[in-house]
Amino acid sequence: MTIHPIPSGTRDVLPDEMRELRAISAAILGVFERAGYGEVATPVLEYEATVLRGDGAGAPPAYRLFDERGDVLVLRSDMTVPIARLAATRFATADPPLRLCYLGHAYRGVRPQRGQPREFLQAGIELLGAPAPGGTAEALTLLCDVLDAVGLEDYRVGLGDVGLYPALLDGIAVPEAARVALLAALVAGDFAGLEREVAALGLDAEAAQLLARTPQLRGGPDVLEGLAGRAGEAAEGLRGVHAELEPRVARRVIFDLGLTGNLGYYTGAVFGVYDPTLGVPLGGGGRYDDLLGRFGRPLPAVGWGLTVERLHIALMGEERR
Amino acid sequence: MSAVPPLTIAVPRGALMADTLDLLDGLGIDTAEVRSNDRKLLFREAGIVTMRPSDVPTYVEAGAADIGIVGKDVLLEHPERGLYELLDLGYGRCTMVLASVAGEDPMAEALRRLGLVRIATKYPQIATRHFEATGRQAEIVEVKGSVELAPLTGLVDGIVDLTATGTTLAENGLVVREEIVVCTARLIANPVAHKLKAAAIDDVLERLRAG
Repeated sequence: MTIHPIPSGTRDVLPDEMRELRAISAAILGVFERAGYGEVATPVLEYEATVLRGDGAGAPPAYRLFDERGDVLVLRSDMTVPIARLAATRFATADPPLRLCYLGHAYRGVRPQRGQPREFLQAGIELLGAPAPGGTAEALTLLCDVLDAVGLEDYRVGLGDVGLYPALLDGIAVPEAARVALLAALVAGDFAGLEREVAALGLDAEAAQLLARTPQLRGGPDVLEGLAGRAGEAAEGLRGVHAELEPRVARRVIFDLGLTGNLGYYTGAVFGVYDPTLGVPLGGGGRYDDLLGRFGRPLPAVGWGLTVERLHIALMGEERR
Repeated sequence: MSAVPPLTIAVPRGALMADTLDLLDGLGIDTAEVRSNDRKLLFREAGIVTMRPSDVPTYVEAGAADIGIVGKDVLLEHPERGLYELLDLGYGRCTMVLASVAGEDPMAEALRRLGLVRIATKYPQIATRHFEATGRQAEIVEVKGSVELAPLTGLVDGIVDLTATGTTLAENGLVVREEIVVCTARLIANPVAHKLKAAAIDDVLERLRAG
């Protein structure tokens, strides 16, 4: 047999798998349609300048090429930035809120020998012009509707706020250099390093406890207690979202004070979607109230995306138990 | 939503294993079978899986184990892993060092006259970062077996390796030139398990902190 390899991290989809992926996608798109979200598609290729305008710190595009004029094109690394561009240009004068959804491939770089995909199918929504807490609650509700429609039973949704930890640091007047180290440790998930950095600050026991342990809190609404100042406001914001959720959605939520969102454009609430049968998140999202302004149409916004291949793995995992 | 099963713990075979099993005994986990059977790998009742130390982050990152114990050296060698590092357990203390043969340092002459130094190591990422951070050019040679052999045979000018007591280095006529980082055992967790099994993981953490 002649071997014609394909790039690592890419794959062919054969009929049995495709049938199941299509069923998942159809269930998702049905929920979007019934909820009044209009499906859009954007080019797989964008100008690098456009993507960087949207997201300097977030998921960096991994694949670049030159077009015939020498402009740099990138394969999109997520869908939110292209849709922010689309909304600001094609719906420049439309009355908010805008409810948009998508089903499309995105591309990220991989580390070798780790089974990571370069190409993955994302399904998600962007709700533009709907501020917190109502817009956030709508997005979370739709997220649970989609996961229910897909057939997952044991999923949970982590809910945090990217502003919470910086607000804690402000409240304690942590020096800039230490602040950078603490945030880096938090984003890396290095709680041991975080505790070490906090100990080195020589704070009183209460402040040290607050900085070291708060981002490790996750669970019910009680984890939001005991936060003051701007951190208290962030916690209040999360409580406000929670209060607007129906019980069937609220029972899925795990408050997670260490959730930072890996993408640079988030401004408030952030989500992570988990299933006990899979060691990595199924997807995530959050509020990005500043992103559309960078494209000239300032609107508060919230959105999320799920990786369809991971939904498929989790679904099979739940079925096998 | 179904009941949450107990934790699966990845335990490294090798230098950290004895202290790790003592630690788990302290948590009330029965490790007798693990201690008595060094061929078996999976101990379902105790919730323990045993493996080569460098495999611990792989299993925990994928969620095949919920938490694990691993040396900081392994974590530093793979800094991009999607893992939470929860606690410095303090034991298994070792130092990552730069060493070369005793006497006049051959690395200094290589850097001065050849512009770069050749370094053998099992930790290519840590070694590369150390030389980049200190502004020196190095050619990193990855070896799998006894690193001490490499400078003695002229393969390289120096080595980056982990040492606890320095005995092996001294026996091979090598001396420590620089200490790079101190490494101890760490408790790591899968990020999804950290959310979905929060109570069980926090219980382990609290008891380890108290202990």
